[in-house]
Amino acid sequence: MHDNVRARLAKDTIFKGIVCLFAFVSLLPLFLILYYITRNGIAVINWEFLTSLPRPTGETGGGVFNAIVGTLVLIVLSGALSIPCGIAAGVYLAEHQAGKLGNAIRLSVVVLQGTPSIVIGIIAYLWIVGPLKTFSAFSGGIALAVMMLPVIVKTTEETLKLVPYHLKEASLALGVPYYRTMLKVVLPSGMSGILTGILLSVARITGETAPLLFTAFGNQFMNVNIFKPIDSLPYRIFYYAMSPYPEWHSFAWGASFILVVLTLSLNLVARGISAKWKIQY
Amino acid sequence: MTRSTPNIDRSERTFTVVLAISGGFIVLLLIGIMVTLFFNSLPAIREFGAGFFIGKTWNAAAETFGALPFLVGTLVTSFLALLISVPFSLAIALFLGEYYREGAVSGFLRSAVEVLAGIPSVIYGLWGLFLLMPAVRYIEMKLGVAPQGVGILTSSLILAIMIIPFAASIGREVITFVPGDLKEAAYSLGATRFEVVRNIVVPYARSGIIAGILLSLGRAIGETMAVTMLIGNSNFLPTSIFSPANTMASVIANEFAEATGVTSASLIYLALVLFFVTMLVNIAGTWVIQKLTVESSREVT
Amino acid sequence: MINSFLRTVSFTVIALVAVLGIAGHAPAADMELLGAGATFPQPLYSKMFDAYYQQYKVKINYQGIGSGGGINQLIKKTVDFGGTDAFMTEKELKSAGAPVLHVPTCLGAVVLAYNLPGNPKLNFTSDTIAEIFLGTITKWNDPKIAAANPKTALPNLAISPVHRADSSGTTFIFTEYLAKTNDAWKQKIGLGKSVNWPAGSIGQKGNPGVAGYVKQTPGAIGYVELLYAVQNKMPYGNVKNKAGKFIEPSLKSVTAAANIPLPDDTNKSLTNTDAAAGYPISSFTWLIFYKEQNYGVKTRERAEALAKLLMWMVGNGQRYVEPLQYAPLSKEAAEKSVKLIRSMTYNGAPLLK
Repeated sequence: MHDNVRARLAKDTIFKGIVCLFAFVSLLPLFLILYYITRNGIAVINWEFLTSLPRPTGETGGGVFNAIVGTLVLIVLSGALSIPCGIAAGVYLAEHQAGKLGNAIRLSVVVLQGTPSIVIGIIAYLWIVGPLKTFSAFSGGIALAVMMLPVIVKTTEETLKLVPYHLKEASLALGVPYYRTMLKVVLPSGMSGILTGILLSVARITGETAPLLFTAFGNQFMNVNIFKPIDSLPYRIFYYAMSPYPEWHSFAWGASFILVVLTLSLNLVARGISAKWKIQY
Repeated sequence: MTRSTPNIDRSERTFTVVLAISGGFIVLLLIGIMVTLFFNSLPAIREFGAGFFIGKTWNAAAETFGALPFLVGTLVTSFLALLISVPFSLAIALFLGEYYREGAVSGFLRSAVEVLAGIPSVIYGLWGLFLLMPAVRYIEMKLGVAPQGVGILTSSLILAIMIIPFAASIGREVITFVPGDLKEAAYSLGATRFEVVRNIVVPYARSGIIAGILLSLGRAIGETMAVTMLIGNSNFLPTSIFSPANTMASVIANEFAEATGVTSASLIYLALVLFFVTMLVNIAGTWVIQKLTVESSREVT
Repeated sequence: MINSFLRTVSFTVIALVAVLGIAGHAPAADMELLGAGATFPQPLYSKMFDAYYQQYKVKINYQGIGSGGGINQLIKKTVDFGGTDAFMTEKELKSAGAPVLHVPTCLGAVVLAYNLPGNPKLNFTSDTIAEIFLGTITKWNDPKIAAANPKTALPNLAISPVHRADSSGTTFIFTEYLAKTNDAWKQKIGLGKSVNWPAGSIGQKGNPGVAGYVKQTPGAIGYVELLYAVQNKMPYGNVKNKAGKFIEPSLKSVTAAANIPLPDDTNKSLTNTDAAAGYPISSFTWLIFYKEQNYGVKTRERAEALAKLLMWMVGNGQRYVEPLQYAPLSKEAAEKSVKLIRSMTYNGAPLLK
């Protein structure tokens, strides 16, 4: 009997040990990745790297300024394309819990969210690059916007569902029209959640490469014209990583460092916002 | 009081219409994607039909296209990645959802998992090239296989690392939802924590854990960049876990820019298949989660 | 407060869109041309286009997506010009819909770069190359390789052949050479920009991808343009030519192979050359573009910029060729190229006066 209990307790301890071990072993790759990025990345980051353009193949020096600017242009572009529509659709879903259209939208959001980024890249090529007869930042922005949409819709819907109903009722009872109630009362009180969603969606697309391969294409020069090909950090990392030149490998790490800092700070800010501005009422 | 009622009415109508249009736009977008993929792959569908799925040859020069090597490549890498990642993601889920729900250590672990989820795919690929590839090559040297470094195993390992956070975070949530009274009842009968986990927590959270696994599977199937960089790009059926191969996503990334005519249609056909596979996996995963939330809310009331 | 925040956000978004829109529509201060294709001459092009921008303030954006990609994107009219190391096939020319011109820009050698301990210099015959890439020679110390390298101690190491995963002119040059010289290759694999490589062979994207992988992997062998091997200090093999000599790929041996009369369209294969001192796997690389430049959204200004660029590349730009180990165009090739560029039209009238 006692042996039995001891065996059970031993099993219990062993199991707990295994859980802890596996949980922390799975952090090993994370540390290795962060270590590699920091060690190899910081070494190449200096003023020149941040502010100059890539040099021709085989020549030393140069930087990723065009890629940083390109990534920012792509973020703004895809944000401008997806945020208004995403929020509006999210509001619609929050206001129509049931209904055919609502369910269809919800299903579409799930499917869109799971659609592989390479497929979205092909779509943007077929829709935009083909007809406009040129690769462009615009086509890349469309592809990334499609990837942002589901995240924004979902977070908007979920946030607005949490806004207390009496808030809306109070406003309506005061004779405030429905649209003003939504715009001035309901949306602002859910602002922090929506903003968090936007930042998370931006963090999601900032590092995307696959949808840009056949759309934004890449550009070794500086470009801010959205109807021309544009560089981006993830594309540059891919390009440099696959090259045989050691200096370009270190550039890939440097660009990765910038990219990771960018996405992580977006995540951090998003968390900060949702923690600081809880739904207010 | 300066505004007249008809004016408000119009704004009101515009507002609701804008909302509905935005929502409808998303549905149209999805339909548009499906229709575009379908029509652009029609030449290949007509030419190869269902034989596309069992054809073993992918030869652009001869314009014979069979997708079997890529279907196998995708399934093998994804399931291998799941197999490797499940123990780890389950351990994280149990650690955060059952053993240490609060405290500095679990807060740290939770943030770390979030960071892991936020690292872009291309950086995983870069890291894989310079750390994983030499490691796999070392193993291959020891085993006497050609030390190629890239292939099924390397891609599965990187995929496994990439999908751990997904299954872990969903698993954690469902494990947290396991009702306390059930567990306490078991404890009061003298069960150890391990027995509670095995007999109460895991069975109760089973469908949620499955949903997490499904969603991470969906992610693994569609993953492109890291896999393209590490799989070795061979259009043949893999013969061992060290073989170079191609997944549906990686072959599209490699060949779409240069593809014309039937080749292009075949790649889009592949994209269509990829789209439907990930769609089914994701809908299944989401459905399980929804069923779960409905059930748990029913139990509360 | 949140309200004003909301307003600020929406204002910022609108302002940014407006700025982007203006940037998009403003007449470009700098002209920018877009090209894509071969990675074989990419290091040269990136040098040339950098110099061209310094001098003329015209940006030439060239992306190395492989020759097949260059041809395809030209036909789809998404680029101003393509780059290819394989002359377009009949079928491709037909699907282009209108006449496409090929202008050679330089010559290069496709070399066999490998990764072996001690970086030995090896000799290859076309048969050993074919068998390595067919997968019938699997070890570096195979007697057939040893026969051509009696003085080198070869390791007992598995060979990992590396091919191009994208559709590539470099692949075309390489497979054309093997198809000309080896019957088994001709029957089993054939020639083309992308061929059905034997199972187990590793695919990599672009010349850089192949070079990068070979550099990292012991026992690997791949085919890349000479410069990629030189820049990365990788060993590369001598290849036995038709005259029976083992020739080291170099500027000189490529020039020797190129010393033959050219047809007017410059469509000439140099592989398996008769020249005794010629390297047998060398080739021209071409820029391709439509003869009639008024198509799609193309302005006259843009077409002229392209013609001027091409003139510069076959003229003054040639001084960048030799420092990068490529072989410059012969006088005859340069003259034929100028003639081709002069035949470009806009609305049927000659583009250059």
